[in-house]
Amino acid sequence: MVKRVSVVDVDLCVGCQSCMFACNRRFAEAGLARTAIFVQSTGGFEHGFAVKVCRACREPPCVKVCPTGALTKREGGGVRLDYRKCISCGNCVEGCTIGAIFWDKVLDKPTVCTYCGYCVSYCPYGVIKLEEVEGA
Amino acid sequence: MTEASALSRVLYVDLTNRRYWTEERRELFKECLGGTGVAIRLLMEECKAGTDPLAPENPIIFCVGYLNAVFPLASKTVAMFKSPLTKNLGESHAGGRCGVAIRMAGLGGIVIRGKSESPVYLVVSEDGVRFKDASALWGMSSSSTVGRIIREREAGAGVRAIMRIGRAGENLVSYAGVITETFRHFGRLGLGAVFGSKRLKAIVISGRSSLTLRDPRGYRAVYEELYMNFTKTSLMKKYHELGTPMNVIPLNVANSLPSRNLQRATFEGADALSGEALSEKFLGRRAACSHCPVSCIHIAALRVPYETEPYFYKTKMISYDYEPIYALSSMLDIRSPEGFLQLMDRVEELGLDAMSTGVALAWATECMERGVIGTEETEGLVLKWGDYRTYIEAVERIAGVKGDFYEALGKGVDYVSSIYGGDGFALAYGGNEMPGYHCGLATHLGFLVGARHSHLDNAGYAIDQKLNAEGRKVEPSEVAKMVFEEECWRQVLSSLVVCFFARGVYTPEVVSKCFSVMGINLAPADLKEIGGRILREKYEFKFREGFSFDKLKVPKRVTEIPTPQGLLTEERLREGIKHFEDLLKKDTKGT
Ligand code: SF4
Ligand code: SF4
Repeated sequence: MVKRVSVVDVDLCVGCQSCMFACNRRFAEAGLARTAIFVQSTGGFEHGFAVKVCRACREPPCVKVCPTGALTKREGGGVRLDYRKCISCGNCVEGCTIGAIFWDKVLDKPTVCTYCGYCVSYCPYGVIKLEEVEGA
Repeated sequence: MTEASALSRVLYVDLTNRRYWTEERRELFKECLGGTGVAIRLLMEECKAGTDPLAPENPIIFCVGYLNAVFPLASKTVAMFKSPLTKNLGESHAGGRCGVAIRMAGLGGIVIRGKSESPVYLVVSEDGVRFKDASALWGMSSSSTVGRIIREREAGAGVRAIMRIGRAGENLVSYAGVITETFRHFGRLGLGAVFGSKRLKAIVISGRSSLTLRDPRGYRAVYEELYMNFTKTSLMKKYHELGTPMNVIPLNVANSLPSRNLQRATFEGADALSGEALSEKFLGRRAACSHCPVSCIHIAALRVPYETEPYFYKTKMISYDYEPIYALSSMLDIRSPEGFLQLMDRVEELGLDAMSTGVALAWATECMERGVIGTEETEGLVLKWGDYRTYIEAVERIAGVKGDFYEALGKGVDYVSSIYGGDGFALAYGGNEMPGYHCGLATHLGFLVGARHSHLDNAGYAIDQKLNAEGRKVEPSEVAKMVFEEECWRQVLSSLVVCFFARGVYTPEVVSKCFSVMGINLAPADLKEIGGRILREKYEFKFREGFSFDKLKVPKRVTEIPTPQGLLTEERLREGIKHFEDLLKKDTKGT
């Protein structure tokens, strides 16, 4: 069973960022430095919000631009990051078409979703859900 | 990596010399928590006695607290300054993204000094401060355009706040506010004018740091409990569903909703302007401050036809809350929600405080009705209850300071009535226009004695609502005690800085637990003591600037219109004031 976080209905999103804080709490830390999900307005609060999170691509563009093989394909879709091989070049951040890889300034490494689903239980409006990757 | 308990950094910005630096003030935060507690100390340090509120010497102070970015609903920032409206303590709270952004930029407080030679906006981040030219933004007709331009020019999307002023602030209108994230405000008391006096158009602030906890496991457990309380219980239901406008109907039914400058305490348009009706017909989007699952921000979508251009429409997104409905609809007897929303929209774009604006216009309308002023003063405008088009023109003139009358009106009803007359129905307390509650003794006593003369100081109206529901009558001494205790505790909440809507969840015991996972030991009793001390310090500032309980004016009108408790008398209000004063002084001696 290969899972990913999917955005059910972005128009339900109120921009509370509870999901972002939740993702950071995976490390039992407060704040936002290490979050792998990102919510921002699409040009001011009046226009609603965009939720950026790894959608577990079958052919992840980030893997193709990682020079050291630190990012590898996860079977069924998505990626895994091997911190030991990562040289902090930031290519993956640029390489992700949907902008779902972020930079952790504290570790100086990319933040990549691990498909754990922790954020999902903190979204008060059911905007995001953990689902099985189709056909995986 | 920073510990959550290490809140200490204060950023100083000198606009005159375009310099900035930071100072570590750990002891200050330890002693005063943050938010209001730290801000009042910084205000005392920075603002000399008798400072002119619009002089470069008047500082602007922003503070956040230990709970910001750590726990849910700790989403607020406290601003302090000397108020151009009351010439005394200026304090204003706003949500949006600013509370989290300031903390995530590694800061506990910001102090802004001096005056820029030319219009400027500040970009504050973890990397420092940049001073950017704002000449092209100065004089723009809409504060939302300013927001859009800065949004496109600057980094930090998603983790930043963009605080800005409108034309009213540039023109030093005494109750101009500061807008953040389009729909949230540092309202009341004129922070916008202080920005304007410094030629400071906007501040962008962003950050995305991480904070460690002394007890990580405990942190997750306390967080979980709070989160459950906010989302799974009925505690936040009213804010969540209809938002603050859910108050319209109950207040109206209880004869507590001021209308037509409080010539009445019921509003005929209440049904059409109720939270229920607004959400059914206009609610277009919901939004939340950072780290708040409750999402009380309700935004109306209003489709407006162009009068001269057939088949052209614009759709405006306008946030609505109880207080603006009171001031810009009920007080002006505007019974059309479309009319109210259009007036509200313009007030937002110009960057005026909705409450003071509505009360000022209501005073002016009654003056016209009574012949105290005429079209000579208003320069041709005939202000009539319900006529929102004329009111839109009037707010344009207030914000533009067009002519003597509008200039005076822009200084508040206390001031304008001292010149033109009509002071018996000039609804202001301590120089601040009256909020939208006429529930009884605690309500008005609360406005009188509250350090900001705001309904949020001690929520006297909520005390009355409770007493009225229980059918209880209490003496001024007891009312004063309840108001005092509530105001003391609120100093703690606004030092953390949590949203007052979360007060039912953030009890002294819960706050104490929040501190303990950070490794800070503060028992509920310690917290309460700190709250009392902070209130006392705020009053020290007020006394220093010339405030005295004896000089407080009770607008005559308030004692002429019955509340659910019957007619209020000045005597009973004064008795309450006396008791409050005694409690405050007693607290000073620590007994
Ligand atoms: S699934 Fe896990 S790693 Fe991915 S965004 Fe959610 S909390 Fe973060
Ligand atoms: S928790 Fe849900 S509603 Fe809140 S920002 Fe995340 S996706 Fe949007």
